[in-house]
Amino acid sequence: MPHISVDSYYCKGCGLCVDVCPKAIMALNFGEISQKGYHPAYCSEQSECTACLSCAMMCPDVAITVER
Amino acid sequence: MSAPTTEKQSEKILFSRPKALAEVLTNYCPGCSHGIIQRLVAECLDDLGIEGRTIGVCPVGCSVTAYDFYNCDMTQAAHGRAPAVATGIKRALPDSMVFTYQGDGDLASIGMAETVHAATRGEKITVIFVNNAIYGMTGGQMAPTSLPGQVTQTSPYGRDVAAAGYPVRVCELLSSLDGVALAERVTVNNPKNVRAAKKAIRKGLEYQMEGLGYSIIEVVATCPTNWGMEPKDAFEWLADNMLPYYPLGVYKDIKAVGGSAAVADEVGNG
Amino acid sequence: MAEKVLMKGNEALAEAAIRAGCKLFFGYPITPQTELAAYMAKRMPKIGGVYLQAESEVAAINMVYGASAAGKRVMTSSSSPGVSLKQEGISYLIGADLPALIINIQRGGPGLGGIQPSQADYWQATRATGHGDGQIIVFAPSTVQEMADLVASAFDLGDNYRMPVMILADGLLGQMMEPVELPEPLGDAALPARPWALTGHHGQRSHQVVNSLFLDAQELEDSIVRRFQRYEQVRKNEQRAECYLTEDAEVVAVAYGAAARVVRSAVNKLRQEGLKAGLIRPISLWPYPVDVLEHQVGISKAFMTVELSMGQMVDDVRLAVAGRRPVNYFNHTGGIVPTPEEVAVALRRVLAGEELHIVPFHSKLKGEQQ
Repeated sequence: MPHISVDSYYCKGCGLCVDVCPKAIMALNFGEISQKGYHPAYCSEQSECTACLSCAMMCPDVAITVER
Repeated sequence: MSAPTTEKQSEKILFSRPKALAEVLTNYCPGCSHGIIQRLVAECLDDLGIEGRTIGVCPVGCSVTAYDFYNCDMTQAAHGRAPAVATGIKRALPDSMVFTYQGDGDLASIGMAETVHAATRGEKITVIFVNNAIYGMTGGQMAPTSLPGQVTQTSPYGRDVAAAGYPVRVCELLSSLDGVALAERVTVNNPKNVRAAKKAIRKGLEYQMEGLGYSIIEVVATCPTNWGMEPKDAFEWLADNMLPYYPLGVYKDIKAVGGSAAVADEVGNG
Repeated sequence: MAEKVLMKGNEALAEAAIRAGCKLFFGYPITPQTELAAYMAKRMPKIGGVYLQAESEVAAINMVYGASAAGKRVMTSSSSPGVSLKQEGISYLIGADLPALIINIQRGGPGLGGIQPSQADYWQATRATGHGDGQIIVFAPSTVQEMADLVASAFDLGDNYRMPVMILADGLLGQMMEPVELPEPLGDAALPARPWALTGHHGQRSHQVVNSLFLDAQELEDSIVRRFQRYEQVRKNEQRAECYLTEDAEVVAVAYGAAARVVRSAVNKLRQEGLKAGLIRPISLWPYPVDVLEHQVGISKAFMTVELSMGQMVDDVRLAVAGRRPVNYFNHTGGIVPTPEEVAVALRRVLAGEELHIVPFHSKLKGEQQ
């Protein structure tokens, strides 16, 4: 099963992964504030992920790792 | 920094940070295209196995701090002078791989002479040209590639072409020069175009490895902060406004039949 | 001992640079340095080096920046208006601690000026080689032989102190022919290592950066202070000057480059008349040879500078003499080289206790000769 992890050190909460995800399983975590003051992204439903890599492709901060 | 590695043999990393990219947080604004483009360059250095013999040149503009973002040797250059600095490096070390990473103000305004002449000399360098139609670092002034009517800090009533002239189409301009091996315009507004952009950058580096001449990959990009838009809206504005003015495609390819390929539609204008 | 050959100053500079291990030359045509570039265009391909005619002086100096960052001995040459264009790049070389040799075969200015010999770029070379806090080493040869000799020294000091070095000559020296004994060629193995250079890390070390940008003000100040500590070493170790008949001189002329050649003749003339005149000829314009002047203050009654400008180096003489003796000056500018007779007249008047100041006196002086 694919697994998405977002490194909150790099993530600036721009939301491009959220917008591009065809399964709508990426979201910003408004309950968390990163070291740099952003709400980092996270994957809300790992089981839905198809490993299309769209989120990683669009991430300007290379914060996303996708594994299978 | 959690580089997620796994002990399980069944698990495989499908996407992670390229090795040529340093493990530092960039100083770019959230949603800035620079991050995507710089990652693609790093991925190409990894894929081609050339990080160890690559020297990057980053001139003034938002590109300038990129010397901290790559693991290959890097130099900072004066505004517009990256092609000249790259020429000096490449002529001194012909076996090295040299790329410049330049913005639109740098490449098409203050550095136009250096750009045109490095291109016409056929310098064996690869130029990554980030065209976001604005001066980012200085806070959003009109660029040589700002669109007619585009509002910026220094064109507050919209770019008036009667007074400020017309935007420069760089790939079209350079494609007439014999020294150019590859001139291709790409964008990074969706995953498909990101993949196409990477292919073009890789091709530009390969042409340099083969000693074919000057290669330029123009990446039509966004500047959400200075455009005053959300990152997602900025990409929509790019597709609606910039791509009609700056059509994607291959403008010169020394390997194509006749040396110059027609504008390719398959990369998706929009 | 190598045999002497007859060469133009511009050509001697070029050949000496090649023999000092310079493998790359970037330039742009301008009178009166043209022979230097032409010589390089001919010779560089024969030694596997690079001659490249850049699209502008601005591009040329930035190519120098790139080649120096890549670890090579590299040079450019130009003349006054062209050097103005290079100032941006020189500032970046200073800021990135990159060595490079820059030749200025001066002509008259400001603006397009003229193409006759001049020394009006003294301030530019020693005070204002670009924006920011910084200096370059400046050498001023006075003969074709010295032009050849200073080149290797310039490259070595550049490497040693990691800073650009300029050879400041003029159209007279660049164009004139004199017999010259050229230095033996240096093998590549004899060149100093540049461990800081960008050569690609080849998996052997971490990445290296050549840079002049420090967004943190404290880091910038630290980098500048470290550079000025090196400058202090340069001031201490690298002052150069020739003293000619100065030990008992009542009046000492201070002149460099082409002007010093004229002054030497004038001093000889006065000595034949039994008058105690001498010449201090600065060879390093930065660092200025203040120690020699300090010593001379204890000997001489008066000083007089002779320059092919409205009086620029005179500032440095005044700083060194610090009001203890009168500092007179006698100048021509705009491409006019004074005659030994003119200078001799001026020196006699200074010896007689007169205070002499510049061009408006010239017509009077000329009158006196007749």
